[in-house]
Amino acid sequence: MRRVLVYKRFERFWHWSQAALVIFMAVTGFEIHGSYSLFGFEKAVSFHRTAAHLLLGLIAFAVFWHFTTDGWRHYIPTTRNIMAQIKFYMVGMFRGESHPVARTELSKLNPLQRLVYLGLKIIIIPILVISGLLYMYYADLENAVKIIRTTDLELIALWHTAGAFLMVSFLVVHVYMTTTGRTSLSNIKAMLNGHEEIETEQITEDQAT
Amino acid sequence: MNKNLVITTVSVAAVLTLIVLLHKEETYNVHLEKLKQEYAIKPTPSVDHSKLALLRQDFETPQDVTRACIFCHTERHKEIMGSSHWNWERTGYIEGRGLATIGKKNIINNFCIGAGANEQACAKCHIGFGMTNDRFDFSNAANVDCMVCHDNSEEYLKGSSMAGYPDRSVNLRNVALSVGSPRKSNCGACHFYGGGGNNVKHGDLEESLLACDREVDVHMAANGMDMSCVTCHSAENHVMKGRLYSVSADNKNRAFCEDCHTDSPHLDNLLNRHTRVACQTCHIPHYAKVNATKMEWKWSEAGRLEHGKPYSIENEDGKHIYLSTKGEFLWEKNVIPDYIWFNGTADHYLLGDTVGDFPVVINPLNGSYDDKRSQIIPVKVHRGDQIYDRQTRMLVQPKLFGTQKGDSAFWQDFDWALASEAGMNRVGLPFSGDYKFVETEMYWPVNHMVSPKDKSLDCAHCHVREGGRLAGLGGFYLPGRDRNSTVDMVGKLILYLSIIAVLIHTIIRIVVLVRERKSVVAQDDSERSP
Repeated sequence: MRRVLVYKRFERFWHWSQAALVIFMAVTGFEIHGSYSLFGFEKAVSFHRTAAHLLLGLIAFAVFWHFTTDGWRHYIPTTRNIMAQIKFYMVGMFRGESHPVARTELSKLNPLQRLVYLGLKIIIIPILVISGLLYMYYADLENAVKIIRTTDLELIALWHTAGAFLMVSFLVVHVYMTTTGRTSLSNIKAMLNGHEEIETEQITEDQAT
Repeated sequence: MNKNLVITTVSVAAVLTLIVLLHKEETYNVHLEKLKQEYAIKPTPSVDHSKLALLRQDFETPQDVTRACIFCHTERHKEIMGSSHWNWERTGYIEGRGLATIGKKNIINNFCIGAGANEQACAKCHIGFGMTNDRFDFSNAANVDCMVCHDNSEEYLKGSSMAGYPDRSVNLRNVALSVGSPRKSNCGACHFYGGGGNNVKHGDLEESLLACDREVDVHMAANGMDMSCVTCHSAENHVMKGRLYSVSADNKNRAFCEDCHTDSPHLDNLLNRHTRVACQTCHIPHYAKVNATKMEWKWSEAGRLEHGKPYSIENEDGKHIYLSTKGEFLWEKNVIPDYIWFNGTADHYLLGDTVGDFPVVINPLNGSYDDKRSQIIPVKVHRGDQIYDRQTRMLVQPKLFGTQKGDSAFWQDFDWALASEAGMNRVGLPFSGDYKFVETEMYWPVNHMVSPKDKSLDCAHCHVREGGRLAGLGGFYLPGRDRNSTVDMVGKLILYLSIIAVLIHTIIRIVVLVRERKSVVAQDDSERSP
């Protein structure tokens, strides 16, 4: 075993601030949706919009970071070992087997993670961001460019709500999956301090995509 | 590890702090303060009429006063004689009718029904003298009543059923010497008492506004800006700004809050973007705040007599809830308005129109969400029933007022057939004699009794799933109230399935763990060690 830096400082900052923003926006967002009452509609809207702008800023930084550090390569989807990974979560881990795909500095996401995170990045987040921006600015857009009509609000809200449900479902599964590491807290610790114990012999050319 | 935990906690805390910091609280509204400053300065009249020798005479007739006015204001009477206050009608475009002339001469309402055949009584609110019947001379300048609007002595009073002539008690000399810009009491003399009593018709215009506090009306409050009616309803050449849709039809020369407050009055731009909601909707949470207003009027109950004589029943506030002459009433105080889409145009039931749908909407206000000019406005809906001819399918204009028994007036003879025959005859329409009472509705936009800022509606009064103020207003998506049930159902299903899957997985892991511990503890330890 050796201790390596898997998550760099920016990644950790990005991850945790994004986590805080997403959870906060889910709480305020579903209040706006009318699911419950917590802050009151006015405060909820105001908070949701402020958090939205912060998240947009964070996303801009994260996109920049991913492209300048080649971090985006971690999300290139692969079908290799994907069945093995699914099998591990379904059966293997109950039998005490170890992860079929070991984590390395060069490939820190397993094939299933790659797929799910890529989906999050190119489907769920864009749905939320685009519909969210339209939700915030449709009235101004209507006056400025006339491609959006106020009557489209229902459609905008529909997509935004659909994205929110997917995001919250992702969150539930994601939080649970952090407990399925080498030990139940090892993944969360890694995301906190950036380092993870990695079994040296498992680093091969093959896995370094 | 601890250092890293601190970094994480700090970044989460920083984000949440940023949210709170960037979330702006309202500060001082400079624009509003400037407006207050502007309107705190009351205009000084350029002429003190009490110094004019011409007016220091004992006037024989009210027409003599008018002639004295015209002596100096040589052309003003022409403006008045072109106004709807004088003509009781206005010509304009009405959707579905084209150019039409409408006014008190040819519309009816569901209060006292209509002026036709009842001029002698109704002319108490006409700015002229001597309208005893439908042959009033609208071209005689001497009959213009300048005093009813310009009296500043508070002494002027039009007589009851005197065809618009002043009460005999009025000292015309005092009135003439006092004239000036119209006060609230001048406008209120008619506009507060329409329908036969204080606040009967409007609900938001009544005598309490003469001396109210800011809770009742921020603009007219005696301890506030103390604005008069004509501050907003300014007049150019005696044509008053503002439209009341119980008699108006077109979207012209209206008075808007935005005229002073601009179309972005709030510091919070999110509120300014509620462009499809009229200011009044949030800022007039209730109307009839001080004195009750009539909500229902059932003419069908009129005519019951006790020992052959008309009688009345009053409620604890001293308001009539029954009158043999007029029927049964329902009064309400602190009323929550109804809300509708309105684009500034209205249709009206005109005398002679036939109807098929009940209840009959006497003045349908046009508008819908899809019509971009429409806004959500608060309205008072006045419901009632009134007389209708089954054969001609027309609402009936009865003759109500009469000076003596036997001239077929309902208020004298209590005979609907006779009164209807006489009334319809006067307005030149047929009456078959086969009558019944049908339900009618009338819409009164609520524009006054603006509450202080902190009493206006909150977001959640409308943006709430159930029981909101706009619960009944359909055809558009209202965040917080509306949702797509399919998206919600499928979304919840995915969320619940995720939770269930996670729970099942957890249970299996626990079961496996417990079983392993039980079986071979030592072996288990050796397996886990590297």
